Amino acid sequence: MKLNQEEKDMLDGKYGKATQKSMEILTTLGEIFDAENMIDVFGVQIAGVSYDNLGEAGLEFLNEMAKDGKVRVLTTLNPAGMDRENWRALGIDEEFAINQNRAIDAFAKMGIVTTCSCTPYLIGNNPHYGQHIAWAESSAVCYSNSVIGARTNREGGPSALASALTGKTPNYGYHLDKNRYGQVLVKVNTPIKGTDEFGVLGKLIGDKLGELGKKIPYIVGIPSATIEELKSFCASVATYGGTALFHMDGITPEYNNYPKPSKLMFEISQNDMKKARADLIDDDIEIDFVSIGCPHASIHEIAILSQLLDGKTVKKEFWITTARPTKKIADEAGYSKMIEDAGAKFAADTCCVVAPIKGRFKGIMVDSAKACYYGRAKNKFKVKIGTIEDCVEEALK
Amino acid sequence: MKLTGRKIYKGMAEGEAIVTNDGISFYGGVDPDTGKVVEVGHELEGQSVTGKVLVFPTGKGSTVGSYTMYRMKKNNTAPIAIINKEIDTIIAVGCIISEIPCVDKIDIERIKTGQKLIVNGDDGIVTI
Repeated sequence: MKLNQEEKDMLDGKYGKATQKSMEILTTLGEIFDAENMIDVFGVQIAGVSYDNLGEAGLEFLNEMAKDGKVRVLTTLNPAGMDRENWRALGIDEEFAINQNRAIDAFAKMGIVTTCSCTPYLIGNNPHYGQHIAWAESSAVCYSNSVIGARTNREGGPSALASALTGKTPNYGYHLDKNRYGQVLVKVNTPIKGTDEFGVLGKLIGDKLGELGKKIPYIVGIPSATIEELKSFCASVATYGGTALFHMDGITPEYNNYPKPSKLMFEISQNDMKKARADLIDDDIEIDFVSIGCPHASIHEIAILSQLLDGKTVKKEFWITTARPTKKIADEAGYSKMIEDAGAKFAADTCCVVAPIKGRFKGIMVDSAKACYYGRAKNKFKVKIGTIEDCVEEALK
Repeated sequence: MKLTGRKIYKGMAEGEAIVTNDGISFYGGVDPDTGKVVEVGHELEGQSVTGKVLVFPTGKGSTVGSYTMYRMKKNNTAPIAIINKEIDTIIAVGCIISEIPCVDKIDIERIKTGQKLIVNGDDGIVTI
């Protein structure tokens, strides 16, 4: 791999131990994946923030890096295991809270913006078309590559941190034009609307890509999509298909940049959608938990929730997971009061995938296909998907 | 006998080989406190990798495995070197952050458990 003088100096330890360790990680990954050189990154997003995933070992590593490591580019975090202000009310135990804060303190010491969100693009860590970044959260990786047209591989916790401390990433994978071509043509022959339906579509496409052993779909037949629908789709297709990039005819910015796939193709009918939706509804589910905000709720979604909940009282545990800056906008707009007066709770900084809530509830209702996957696999809940309106209605029952 | 591969992480180590044809997931598959393989049904289940040259085809499982390797190094339960047929990112990053010499692209069928090995992570050479 070719390194410039600055990169060589980093590797030789002239910028300190943490920078040296970071450059060792990046050059080794570059060698493994045949990168020719390093490139500068505009921003970084780090996963592996929840103490539930990090454990004591991960925390020790972070503390070691924090001894002399400082970020060189804008860096934010993935959701933590708890709301950093309101953790007690959400039933998180004190020992977990202490450990979670130790991890966030280590990130803060390195100069990382400790806003914990899976939607960095909604809170100011927002690259533009063609910029190189190093992000780790799988749904955000898919969103940035596909919807924004920025460029990132699916980074792990340590490699994303290494990019933050050096401002570099090895030039391979999705950073290169030749790896961004659509591989499979997907024709959607039925109207798709709402975050839940886009999530169901993501699962359908993700599952089919898995069967074909492919990663990049080129989707036609979707006339329009909102940011909220696209973020739901990204989370789902990344969860079920490992997809980090898709193209959508007329919607995503690179849809016309590369030759369209011509050999492999599948179609999606109304009946396929019905079956996939049924897969995300468990039999005999007893719902005692409702959650909106996977990925983190946008201010628009919170506005809708405030209208739906205004003057009503929820009868079930109801969490709205979002980024803290979005929660602050909701506070100022008066939405938070309407929502909290109805008995629903904000869980900022965290989400249902990474919070330590395994076994705490029997059945969860969500508008997110990704939340269904982790609700089952990680937390052992029964799951049901529905529209945002269905979710509110269930919570009021 | 000399086997030449690719260097992944630098350093020299000399010790006894423990060889498996199964992939290894350090997260959940190896107990970082005892150094024993705990994955049910694994070829090495119940055996300790501590202080050995661990030889296996490739890594598998969660990316948290890199952090587990780091914890083993701190607990003095880590292997002294790792030899893979084909490295994956979890094991590579684990070796770098834990400073465990590592070589890949080695024909691991030629190594038997109990053989004495010298691992040269600087040049990517394993001597039996």
